[in-house]
Amino acid sequence: MSRLATRFAERRDAGSSTLVTYLIAGDPAPSVTVAAMEALARAGVDVIEIGIPFSDPEAEGPDIQAGCERALAHGVRLRDVLDMVATFRQTDTRTAVVLMGYLNSVEAMGSERFAEAASEAGVDGVILVNLPPEEAGPLRSELEQRGIDLVFLLAPTTTDARAQRILEQASGFVYYVSLKGTTGAGHLDVDAVRERVTALRSMTPLPIAVGFGIRDGASARRVAQFADGVVVGSVLVRSMGDLAGAPEAIPAAAEALARELREAMDAA
Amino acid sequence: MRYEKSMVTPQAPVSEAAMASFADYNFPDERGHFGRFGGRFVAETLTHALEELDRVYRSLIKDPDFQREFDRDLAEYVGRPSPLYFAERMTRELGGARIYLKREDLNHTGAHKVNNTIGQALLAKHMGKRRIIAETGAGQHGVASATVAARLGMECVVYMGAEDVERQSLNVYRMKLLGARVVPVTSGSRTLKDAMSEAMRDWVTNVDDTHYIIGTVAGPHPYPALVRDFQSVIGREARAQCMAIEGRLPDVLVACVGGGSNALGLFHPFIRDEGVRMVGVEAGGDGLATGRHAAPLCAGVPGVLHGNRTYLMEDEDGQIIATHSISAGLDYPGVGPEHAFLKDLGRAEYTAVTDEDALRAFHHLTRTEGIMPALETSHAIAWVMEHAPNMDPEQIIVVNLSGRGDKDILTVARHDGIDL
Repeated sequence: MSRLATRFAERRDAGSSTLVTYLIAGDPAPSVTVAAMEALARAGVDVIEIGIPFSDPEAEGPDIQAGCERALAHGVRLRDVLDMVATFRQTDTRTAVVLMGYLNSVEAMGSERFAEAASEAGVDGVILVNLPPEEAGPLRSELEQRGIDLVFLLAPTTTDARAQRILEQASGFVYYVSLKGTTGAGHLDVDAVRERVTALRSMTPLPIAVGFGIRDGASARRVAQFADGVVVGSVLVRSMGDLAGAPEAIPAAAEALARELREAMDAA
Repeated sequence: MRYEKSMVTPQAPVSEAAMASFADYNFPDERGHFGRFGGRFVAETLTHALEELDRVYRSLIKDPDFQREFDRDLAEYVGRPSPLYFAERMTRELGGARIYLKREDLNHTGAHKVNNTIGQALLAKHMGKRRIIAETGAGQHGVASATVAARLGMECVVYMGAEDVERQSLNVYRMKLLGARVVPVTSGSRTLKDAMSEAMRDWVTNVDDTHYIIGTVAGPHPYPALVRDFQSVIGREARAQCMAIEGRLPDVLVACVGGGSNALGLFHPFIRDEGVRMVGVEAGGDGLATGRHAAPLCAGVPGVLHGNRTYLMEDEDGQIIATHSISAGLDYPGVGPEHAFLKDLGRAEYTAVTDEDALRAFHHLTRTEGIMPALETSHAIAWVMEHAPNMDPEQIIVVNLSGRGDKDILTVARHDGIDL
């Protein structure tokens, strides 16, 4: 079983939910990233999404846009992102790592080179926000050959027929976008999400993680009651950005935030 | 009769190998591909809206009532057909090919942009949307969007890079007078590309009641085809007018290319006429060698941005790099995917003109013909100034005079060291 599948299965078996957190590689400084990942893992994070900084993150809200700009100001490249994952893997072989970003970063490196480098670094999954399944064929097979999952997103506007087609190609887990909006938006309707996730569950055996708009222990707990995974991104990125002037404090702050989420979810 | 077959978005995919001649040119395919370019690379939340737009568009373009409505708006509101004007003095002074100007500057709102916003506003009305959003660079598309929104009583929000808000203050005020809200975008490079990203963020949030009027032949499918079809009225008219005046087709078509909607509007009805040469002029900024320009077709590589695969200005890590042009409307790191395709096919050729040459062309046309072109358009005029003298006096150039230059007067004055 893959590392991703194992992380979801364990939590499910324990009657809880998988905690997925997102941070941007190199944000607010490259020296912070690996230490922050280790801190998140210590706090009980099961899956770490590492954002690949991109100049034009068109699906992101203000927090993640700002984080991308901070990382790019340090000249962080995809190659550096992979190096950070490789460094993290030297001490942590348990936490699943998923790269998240935009297709152009991968295309600039080339699908095959990217898949090879991601595999060597110890990446478990890849999410590309603007790569629909219709266009994903070649990259998906490069990743699949190396045991890396290409994770697709489903949205509130995705029709059942389309969801079926996407789920046929999906692997690892399904990322359900909880609201119409950008990352970090503030209008999460938990009841509507529950209804949709329940419907999707009948369509796929894959675990379903819910992201966008989950910002604290309370909202994480409510979503954990029905979802296999809870994704938290913008609030962590913002708190790390707020500490840009005191980067040594970032791992502890990230750990405290993740612990709050973990405890709230375990109480679900 | 102006909106006959060529209005229909082509459905059947045609392999590039099969295209020995361009008689079979019929793109994009049903997934929006122009060969390896185009497509629909968007966040999943927008897919449904794009499928819906495609479906409504395909049905409405075959609907005679919709066509009549569009046709009537273009005639009575926009003032079409726009003249094909023989630039006699410019022709004489340059001493070469006969130069014709397709006068899109005479359209209501002063540029070709309104052809597309009229069409898309009608689509929005038929889809029951009550809110319009748009991105704008020079402000021409923003003004054209605000104009149709005012006319239809729709709410209108225009995203504009903060840098462009400063350099196009006249158009910003025009939009406000028309009742639109202009939102300055301060992320990234604070220009057109960032305005487009911000408009996509608005759309993903308000997709239920909002239609996004993309202003050029870029973006996710079906926008590149849809905008091209609405703009193709330019080329259809020019073709008929040239036949009527000269009794034959032109030898060369010239247009400036930012996203590329005025160029494709002129070119598209001529693609199958292989004897007609097509030249797209990109913004050379300080010169291609300096890297400070906005010429992805001349100096870019294929990549994916804003929903489609096309030529982009990016670094080796795939980051989009800052562009520069004196004309805000050309200051964009990408270009419509069909231009990328026509470049690869060799059917159209693309070149670049510097800021300095564009400014010289601005003054030249103003002084010789009494027509003040937009700085965007001035790039196409600059190409004509360089190449017409070397052409045979029997040859015909049609240049798309895509917009008028009133909006640029402050920029030109500043450049000339004049404080107004």
